[in-house]
Formats: sequence, C-alpha cells, structure tokens
Amino acid sequence: MAHEEKKLKLYSYWRSSCSFRIRIALNLKGLKYQYIPVNLLKGEQFSPEFQKLNPIGYVPVLVDGEIIVSDSFAIFMYLEEKYPQHPLLPSDLQKKALNFQAANIVCSSIQPLQNLAVLKYIEEKVSPDDKIPWAKLHIEKGFEALEKLLKDHAGRYATGDEVFMADLFLAPQIHAGIKRFNVDMAKFPLLSRLNEAYNELPQFQNAMPENQPDSPSA
Amino acid sequence: MAAKDGGEVSSKLVLYSYWQSSCSWRVRFALNLKGISYEYKAVNLAKGEQFSPEFEKLNPLHFVPVLVDGGVIVSDSYAILMYLEEKYPQRTLLPTDAQRKALNLQVASIISSSIQPLHMLSILKYTEEKVGPQERLLFAQTNIEKGFLALEKLLKDFAGKYATGEVVCMVLLEFHLCS
Repeated sequence: MAHEEKKLKLYSYWRSSCSFRIRIALNLKGLKYQYIPVNLLKGEQFSPEFQKLNPIGYVPVLVDGEIIVSDSFAIFMYLEEKYPQHPLLPSDLQKKALNFQAANIVCSSIQPLQNLAVLKYIEEKVSPDDKIPWAKLHIEKGFEALEKLLKDHAGRYATGDEVFMADLFLAPQIHAGIKRFNVDMAKFPLLSRLNEAYNELPQFQNAMPENQPDSPSA
Repeated sequence: MAAKDGGEVSSKLVLYSYWQSSCSWRVRFALNLKGISYEYKAVNLAKGEQFSPEFEKLNPLHFVPVLVDGGVIVSDSYAILMYLEEKYPQRTLLPTDAQRKALNLQVASIISSSIQPLHMLSILKYTEEKVGPQERLLFAQTNIEKGFLALEKLLKDFAGKYATGEVVCMVLLEFHLCS
C-alpha cells in the first residue's frame, strides 16, 4: 500500500514556480508522491542521472512507473488525463481555451524571462543590479495582459468559481512576483484578489516554496 | 481551403493571421492537416492593425493568431491547437500513447517557452543595448542551440520519419519558427 501510494516521483526545486504548479495539481487530485529535490543553484540539474531524465535540465520532472514526463504543461496534461479526479480543466471549450491561454501567458511570456538561467545571464553580462528590474518589467507586463484577459471571466478564481489550470499557473507566478521581484500588486487588483483566494487553500499552501523539504527554512 | 479574397469560404471558422507570424503558421499548418476550411483574415502587424478596436474586441492582448469558430473565440496558438484537437479530432495531432503525447507537449513547450521568447525582438534589442551589438546574435544563437541540443537528445530514441514517429504531430508545428 505504501509502495502504491508513493509510485509517483516528482523531481522539484523548492523555489521553482514550474514545480509549484505541479505540486498544487498533485495536492488537488489527492495524489501522494515522493519529493526528490534537485538543487538548481548547485547545478544538480546537470548531473548525468538528471540529464537522462530531462536533457534540457529543467524541473519539474514526474516519474510515474515507467513513464517520465518533463515540462509543467506536459505533466499537467498527463495528470489530467491519467488521474481524472478533481478535474482541473472545465468541460466548456471556450472556458477551457481561456485556461490554456492564461497558462500560456505565464509559461511563455513571463516565467521564461525571469528564470534562473536568464537572471544569471543578466547578472554576468549586464549587471547584478539589473536582475530585479528586468524580471519586474516582464512580470508586470504579463500581469497587465492577464488582468485584461481575465477581467470579464473571473469569479472566485481566475476563470470562474472553481480552481482550474489557469489558477495553478497564476498562483506560483504571483507568489514569485511578490516574494522575489518587488512587483507592485496594487496595479493588479484582480490578481491581488485571486492571490488572497489561493492563500486560503491548503492545497496551494502546502505546495508553496517555503513549505517544501528542500526549502532553506525547512 | 483558405480563401484570401472571399471566394469559397467556410461560414464557420475564421483565422486572424499575419503571414510572417510563426504562431499563426502553427495554426495554419494544423488546420491544413485536419482538412479544415477557414476564412483567412489578415492582420497587418507592421501597420498596427492588431490595435484596431475591432481586433481588440477579439483579443485584448493584440496577438495573432485568433480563431473564431461560431460563437467561440480562441487566442494563443497553444490554446488554439488544443481546441482544434478536441473539437476536430480527425487527423489527430497528439499520439494516444501517454509517453509520446507527453513528449509532444514537452517539445512544443521547449520551443514556445524556452526558445522563442528568448529571441523576441524586444529581448534582442535589450542585449544589444546593454551588452553590445555582437551580443544580439550570440544570445539568440546560444538559446536556440541549447534548445535544439536538448531536442536532439529528447527525440533521438523516438524519431521515425517525423519527430515522434511516423505521423506529423504537434511538435512539428512548433519547429518552423526556429528553422
């Protein structure tokens, strides 16, 4: 029974917002998993073992028996199909598309521009002082887009009154924006309200960076 | 098939597209593979047509492509592809095998999240201004190569005639922008 419960393994880094998305999904679906930390600051993503799992060296990676899935979007879709309890996509096609669109704004237009590799590049090639302003600029640009996109559709959560994919992608990005990049949330009333709603949910709280086994405060 | 001048058009599907937009190209490719007729509506990005009040109503983010399917409006190429795959399941673009399906999505993500955003014009301009003119190309090349190297490794055990087997899948739709 214990073996069955821990069949799922998640390679994750405490602070990785992409990993955070999947931790929320696993929690919402009631899926137990073994947490395997990959310390990105120490370069553990470049180890031969990890490279075998994911040649691009990113977390998260999900291992489910024989199946290895990398990339949070792909992992999300895999979980949604394999473990349909607590669906994380609405059945209505328009609303579903909206969720994909919101998730993609985060994972293509915001997060890649503030991830570790890019920040390192700016630190080395431009200046350490430029890191935060750079990240803040791109996050705020993305947040402006999300405010516009969601304003006629949001309910208690991003696309209505239930938690769906958009929320899983939004919550970690908002968290990172606030905790690490000095984003002025006063400019984003909808996202601020959503963030408060997320903070009330135990499945989101348990998935937060500071609550992970590899968090420095753990 | 597509009609530029209002010839034989579908009354249902409309694609707002720009000829040079790689994101629009992905969707055109998908529509063609699935044999779906559509009306092509050009949005001239160079002339700023994406900021017109009419287009703003369709997509307040001012991006192409936008698909209009009867009462449903879908923006963002990834979202459009997923919508088409579900609504028009003929000629599937995602394998049924879970591992291969995941691989397609991962490769699509690598291109749309890890490669393409890093060679957007605004980013390249930044590297040019802050680091130097030679940096622009170097930065773009480095990120594209990093992504391609990863893709080579990822796909080498799966590739058949096309990226993940014998059938053109979603991943191919994403490759164009970098080739």
